[in-house]
Amino acid sequence: MLRVFQRTSRLSRAPRHPCIQSAASPTAQFLPVDLQSPLPVWGSAQFKVFCQNLHKETDGHRPSPAAAPERRPFSRLSGEDLDYFRTILPGRTITDPDLVESSNVDWLKSVRGSSEVVLRPQTTEEVSQILRYCNKGNLAVNPQGGNTGLVGGSVPVYDEIILSTSLMNNILSFDNISGVLTCQAGCVLENLSQFLEEQDHIMPLDLGAKGSCQIGGNVATNAGGLRLLRYGSLHGTVLGLEVVLAGGQVLDCLATLRKDNTGYDLKQLFIGSEGTLGVITAVSILCPRKPKSVNVVFLGCETFEQLLRAFQLCRGMLGEILSAFEFLDSECMRLLKTHLKLTNPISDCPFYILIETSGSDPSHDEQKLHNFLEEAMTSLLVSDGTVATEESKIKALWSMRERVTEALTHDGFNYKYDISLPVEQIYHLVTDMRQHLGNRAKSVVGYGHVGDGNIHLNVTSAARDPALLAAIEPFVYEWTARHHGSISAEHGLGLKKRNYIHYSKSSQAVALMGHIKTMLDPKGILNPYKTLPDHLR
Amino acid sequence: MSGRVLVGVKRVIDYAVKIRVKPDHTGVVTDGVKHSMNPFCEIAVEEAVKLKEKKLIKEVVAVSCGPQQSQETIRTALAMGADRGIHVEVSGKDYESLGPLQVSKILAALAKSEEAQLVILGKQAIDDDCNQTGQMTAALLDWPQGTFASEVSLEEGKVKVVREIDGGLETIRINTPAVLTADLRLNTPRYATLPNIMKAKKKKITNVKPADLGVDLTSRLEVLSVDEPPQRQAGIKVETVEDLVSKLKEVGKV
Repeated sequence: MLRVFQRTSRLSRAPRHPCIQSAASPTAQFLPVDLQSPLPVWGSAQFKVFCQNLHKETDGHRPSPAAAPERRPFSRLSGEDLDYFRTILPGRTITDPDLVESSNVDWLKSVRGSSEVVLRPQTTEEVSQILRYCNKGNLAVNPQGGNTGLVGGSVPVYDEIILSTSLMNNILSFDNISGVLTCQAGCVLENLSQFLEEQDHIMPLDLGAKGSCQIGGNVATNAGGLRLLRYGSLHGTVLGLEVVLAGGQVLDCLATLRKDNTGYDLKQLFIGSEGTLGVITAVSILCPRKPKSVNVVFLGCETFEQLLRAFQLCRGMLGEILSAFEFLDSECMRLLKTHLKLTNPISDCPFYILIETSGSDPSHDEQKLHNFLEEAMTSLLVSDGTVATEESKIKALWSMRERVTEALTHDGFNYKYDISLPVEQIYHLVTDMRQHLGNRAKSVVGYGHVGDGNIHLNVTSAARDPALLAAIEPFVYEWTARHHGSISAEHGLGLKKRNYIHYSKSSQAVALMGHIKTMLDPKGILNPYKTLPDHLR
Repeated sequence: MSGRVLVGVKRVIDYAVKIRVKPDHTGVVTDGVKHSMNPFCEIAVEEAVKLKEKKLIKEVVAVSCGPQQSQETIRTALAMGADRGIHVEVSGKDYESLGPLQVSKILAALAKSEEAQLVILGKQAIDDDCNQTGQMTAALLDWPQGTFASEVSLEEGKVKVVREIDGGLETIRINTPAVLTADLRLNTPRYATLPNIMKAKKKKITNVKPADLGVDLTSRLEVLSVDEPPQRQAGIKVETVEDLVSKLKEVGKV
């Protein structure tokens, strides 16, 4: 008991951390992270104060928790540094402002950095040289893949050097018997899919950004996507990684074995680490066989309860051939029609489901699908629908779901939330948000991987609106925490959500993350200002 | 006037599939490859169903010539709203050599026996790109033709057709019975909705043999070889204008 008090008093004498600019109570302060000291543990009272202070006055008087912190004292890029880079990467040290500009802005055009250089290594050795140099000179580095992330994690906040993997796009090997693909981190997902198609295989993940996103970035963010329901997450399908650590050391864990229980499974640390623990340079991943028969069904439901019962029916009757179960609401359909001129394949309904089946036997799958559809129609779970078996129609139906994100960008400024919730609660978030916002927002839509319990809640407004943001946050995070959900199901934390981690992870967990970060990257040069909350630094 | 429209639908390799040439260069690989209804035939079916919905015609009959699998294509037409189907069985060697001349003879025979008021076809098939069947069918029947139709309106005993031609649009008025071929902008085909897919299972498809129609299937064409188009060569980037000029000289262009 006494020891706890001793610990607390030590904390209260610690210097106030510059990043929390709130008038926090003395208990909510931290020592600079020290591996020798015991893990600082928060009580629930301290957490509450933290959250209140986090969101106090986010109307422009004080920066929102999502805004960037102050620049840390990294070195600034010098002529000498550029000369060094130009020697190791001739012709691939980009300083042309027009070229650098596109790497400084994220896909949503919501955040902009001011980096002066983009480095384009082609080999792991070059990445190692870059990081060794930057670590020595205390230069911050922003690893960048396809730059399709949605939480501001892929672009610099200040003048971090952009380390692009775009030229590391070689496929190293593919084993047709085991289905293991080994490739460099800069391979574009769609290109990998096309390569695998020739070999009668497919990638275990698929997402709307496939034409631009790179596999290294996918692994760094533990991307989920449209096939997670069937093939699982990257934590299961990635068999090995090659990572370059902050000091330039190359960590070779590029195994291609399905089973290997020899020591700690280090690759799991890097999957989802968002470029803050190391730069992934090569990936080996287990790929499933290409299904011989793919069918897509687009259905309309009157209520969300019916949608959930259709999901149950689906799991029962389609079982092992089910490969995707996505939904969108009528607002999404309205945006698709208005901004992208797509036509609704069926009649207007409050909710739409997209179901994909994949199997090895067309007649077997069609029979199962036919039985399911008959049951769904006769029990009135579904009010309308259409089926596609031909590739062209399948692509057309998938685009109804995949292009919602695009349609939203045309509707105005987007506030995006990627939430995981117990499946029955999912749509309540949307209806509650609509009620809460009233007509302060232009559109409030929900869509996503309902089969995985993951909804993409989006709010649009004509222009950036701090008052609207204040109404949405922390309402959405508190709502999620109350229902024991995750505030970022698959998009990650990046820059925008780093300070909200406590809504979904305990303070002990976050503190341990901080220790691991310090151990692997003592100078903090890898993707600073991202993923972990500001108070840890 | 019977108020009956005959629509031809062809089963072709789906347009999203990557085409592969057979190793013996006699044709393309079709085994295990996804097939679907020719996109222009879909537009033709949609137009026929629209005319029926406007109550301008009474019955839509979908016809396809080919092997057993052609019945799936007819089912799709039925799911879009056609009333019944006719499957003209052609398989094996006869199917491999089946071309516009034989198909138009079959369609002409059916148009007569079904007393069709209109025959609507797609303007061309995406596998052979022939663009001949509609025109040949009209010639065999000695009927007027409205080809490359982007707009169709029925009038008393006549059809007004707006045609897409090189110079722009041409509007003609032709007597019925007539043959029309559908161009891309005629309409947007509907998706077959579930209730209609279920209903379609109960609609009738009659089987007919070409011999029953008195049609001779021998082809007057012989395919010599099928090859892929030549691979596109990568371009070369040069750093300066001088390099460009010297490269052009090298290649003999300057």
